[in-house]
Amino acid sequence: MIILAPVTHIVPLTKVRRARLLPTNGRVLVKAGQSVTASDVVAETRLQNKHTLVDVQRDLNMTSAAETREVIDRKLGERVQEGDVIAETGRLFRRVVRAPVSGVIVMISSGQVLMEADQPPFRLKAGLDGEVTEVLPEQGVMVETNGALLQGVWGNGKISQGLLLNLTQSAGDELTPPKMDVSMRGAIGFAGWCGRPEALEIAAQLPLRGLILGSILPGLIPLAEKMDLPIMVLEGFGQIAINHIAYDLLITNVQRSIALNTAPWNRFTGSRPEAIITLPAPAESSPEIDIFKPGQTIRVQTAPYCGQTGILSNILPGLTTLDNGLRTQAAIVRLRENNEITVPLANLDVLQ
Amino acid sequence: MTTSTIDAESILAVEIGSTLTRAALFDVVEGVYHFIASGSATSTVDAPFHDAGECVHLAIEDLQTITGRQLLDKDARIILPGKSDGSGVDRMAMSISAGPTLRVINAGLLDDVSLQSGQNLIATAKARVIDNFGLSDARSTDEKIDAIIRAEPDLIILTGGTQQGASRSVLKMVELIMMSCRILPETSRPEVIFAGNRVLAKRIKEVLGKWFSVHTAPNVRPLIDLEDISPAEAVLTNVVTRIRTSQIGGLKELGKACTAPLTPAPQAFGRIVRFLSEIYNPNKGVMGIDVGASSTTFSVAVAGGLTNKVYPVGLGSSIKDILEFYEPAEIIQWMDIPLSEDSLVSYLWQKSINPGSQPLDHTAMAIEQAVTRMILRHAMQEIKAKWRENWEDEVSFEPILAGGAVLTNAPTPAQSLLMILDGLQPVGISTIILDQNTLTASLGTIAAFNPILPVQVLESGAFLNLGTVICPVTKARYGTPVLNIRMEHENGFKETFTIKQGSITALPLRMGETATIALDALRGTEIDPNGNRANTFKIIGGVCGAVIDARGRPIQLPKEDGRRRELLKKWQNTLENR
Repeated sequence: MIILAPVTHIVPLTKVRRARLLPTNGRVLVKAGQSVTASDVVAETRLQNKHTLVDVQRDLNMTSAAETREVIDRKLGERVQEGDVIAETGRLFRRVVRAPVSGVIVMISSGQVLMEADQPPFRLKAGLDGEVTEVLPEQGVMVETNGALLQGVWGNGKISQGLLLNLTQSAGDELTPPKMDVSMRGAIGFAGWCGRPEALEIAAQLPLRGLILGSILPGLIPLAEKMDLPIMVLEGFGQIAINHIAYDLLITNVQRSIALNTAPWNRFTGSRPEAIITLPAPAESSPEIDIFKPGQTIRVQTAPYCGQTGILSNILPGLTTLDNGLRTQAAIVRLRENNEITVPLANLDVLQ
Repeated sequence: MTTSTIDAESILAVEIGSTLTRAALFDVVEGVYHFIASGSATSTVDAPFHDAGECVHLAIEDLQTITGRQLLDKDARIILPGKSDGSGVDRMAMSISAGPTLRVINAGLLDDVSLQSGQNLIATAKARVIDNFGLSDARSTDEKIDAIIRAEPDLIILTGGTQQGASRSVLKMVELIMMSCRILPETSRPEVIFAGNRVLAKRIKEVLGKWFSVHTAPNVRPLIDLEDISPAEAVLTNVVTRIRTSQIGGLKELGKACTAPLTPAPQAFGRIVRFLSEIYNPNKGVMGIDVGASSTTFSVAVAGGLTNKVYPVGLGSSIKDILEFYEPAEIIQWMDIPLSEDSLVSYLWQKSINPGSQPLDHTAMAIEQAVTRMILRHAMQEIKAKWRENWEDEVSFEPILAGGAVLTNAPTPAQSLLMILDGLQPVGISTIILDQNTLTASLGTIAAFNPILPVQVLESGAFLNLGTVICPVTKARYGTPVLNIRMEHENGFKETFTIKQGSITALPLRMGETATIALDALRGTEIDPNGNRANTFKIIGGVCGAVIDARGRPIQLPKEDGRRRELLKKWQNTLENR
């Protein structure tokens, strides 16, 4: 079996290039070469999320759709205000149909008018501090920066930026309410793991601008998904500490500005939660694809070594029988604590 | 079958899964088709590759290394057809189970009639119903339009109206679909399948066809009390393939190299189950289960009539979705080691973000095997519920064909067998066959153009006979004798066994050994509800011999944790140490 190595970027300096695309065509608000921060709006569009159907034929008591079409005064795509006449009969006793909401006429068919109500536009944020390197007309932009990059495994779909703060004493500490206070307001904090709803609620009330966690208890996911507070999880679910490489990287960058984009991980599209600390230094892009080879820095993704990092010492030939009887392709990994373990290749990701 | 009746040709069958892609090579050896070997590679359908071609090439490369046969030319292209020097293959076939679960809107008329049939049709594909729209829907038209747009469907299934039946209500539904989807950007518009009142098919195609890809299928409810999904399933299969081809890079090009159309793996799998039902006992059903990483396929066929269902729960990315159907405690009860509910839930969430990972220790192995039991249990209960609409009694299956990495990669065959028995809890007499090389879907795809190959490969040693299982049905109390068995081996050696209610017994029969057994049912015990088998018959030993599972149906586990774990270990030991 040929196993490709999944790559997770936890890297102190790299070139980051991200496409920021609207869900539907819209308007790009920035120009190539422009500097942006993570929270800057780079493009906007109307999302088709609220419609009102006006049954003109029924309201005017007309007999056919063709007849009704003749009395509809508006064109497709026309903007109307609430109360504007959209259809009228020209008879002696004039009857009219008025727009029930302000919006755009998106369809006229079968004696009916479908209106898309005015809604606040969907605003697409840059998601990282950097420079717009390319404008994709009506679709979005490419933003590029150099800096530290940390990719997570779970996120609640929000974007923000702030100063990075350490909320706990060690990589494995639980985030509890007493560990947060008003002096942290506006910061993006990191902590080992979170198992209490009140910790998330306090973080949102302060408010922090974001949370980076090693892990979170699955029971808190519904709450975390509802919150406006951006939350990114680096390792997974349960009580898993932040891996040492990520923790060292975060500690090194405390008090620096960090951009947090907690887009849910979608393996198919490739979108992934990530934090970027822009640094004024030249950098090269990190590879997205790799194969396993000795010497690589890897992370174990499953219990009982979940979140532990080490060096891939040796890929074992053929199939290896694990203690639980499973026969699989495996590797010897020297963990940071210097002990060697045998792990299926499928349970590793390469950190680079 | 000899070479005189078949065209000797080598066939490469590729299955693109959500986690792994496999390439299996079949060829004629001494006049009969054989499975030669298979290679596999990490699937590259997802980011950052977005290219099915990459993993197919890697899997073939692996196969090339294993067999020593050159299958790719110097430019890494598949050598097709085969050359006289033995390189390449003559034909290629492909099935796919990779790709995101399809988002489907189910539109129809009555909840219990057309909407239910639509639901049943959708369940045959790797798809999830995002919303239902029927006559009883109290939402305003505005709300319905917004709901359809928000759902971002890949596909809309519209049913309703018996032949010559309702038309006005169906057309109102057509209008709703048209209004909703017409305002979507052209690239985001869903495919539409109409499988309702046939009289309307032409008109609906005319109306909606201006805006969408509309496919008409035979009515899933030709009569109010008659559901017939199979013809529409064929149309759905084609549409799913179309969607996959547009979603997944490289598929279109690969498809051009194939002899048969690209087939969704569940349909290819079901094709083989249906085929088996045509050659086995027509009074019994044939069951096929395939526990995948993102979904589980469950196929049941009786005398050529197939029910195919795809459950959106597997042992990979969707493993945590088992919690939608069962409480953590219900899963833990099948583990012979202690585990907290929180630890179980965390494990399932963690596995869902590392779908290809393997159980690293005993606990992880026990969790995944327990979840497998619950997936099988859930699927079996749904099948039974559907079955009872037609059959009053318990149903027995011969054979039961099982596949999926969790079963084929289990540390011992006994563990595979016990997962199947605990999960499905079959009744009567069945042979349990393990698809140890993950070939069933590939054979189903090949069957479209070469019906001989699947027959010959099924009869070869490519599949593993786990054993014959006899699961008597009885209301006798725990511990009372329910069955006397006399077994005569080929060498004339005779043994007798008394089976007590609540026990599982492994008969001492070696792999491939034939024995004659005579069963005396005691205390009203029924041996096989619809087997029509004589009480004396021959059985062939599988890798687990032959097993009498008299643990009762459903299996009742002791409430006390210690006793329950001991019992689970005892059952395991019984099959391991026969």
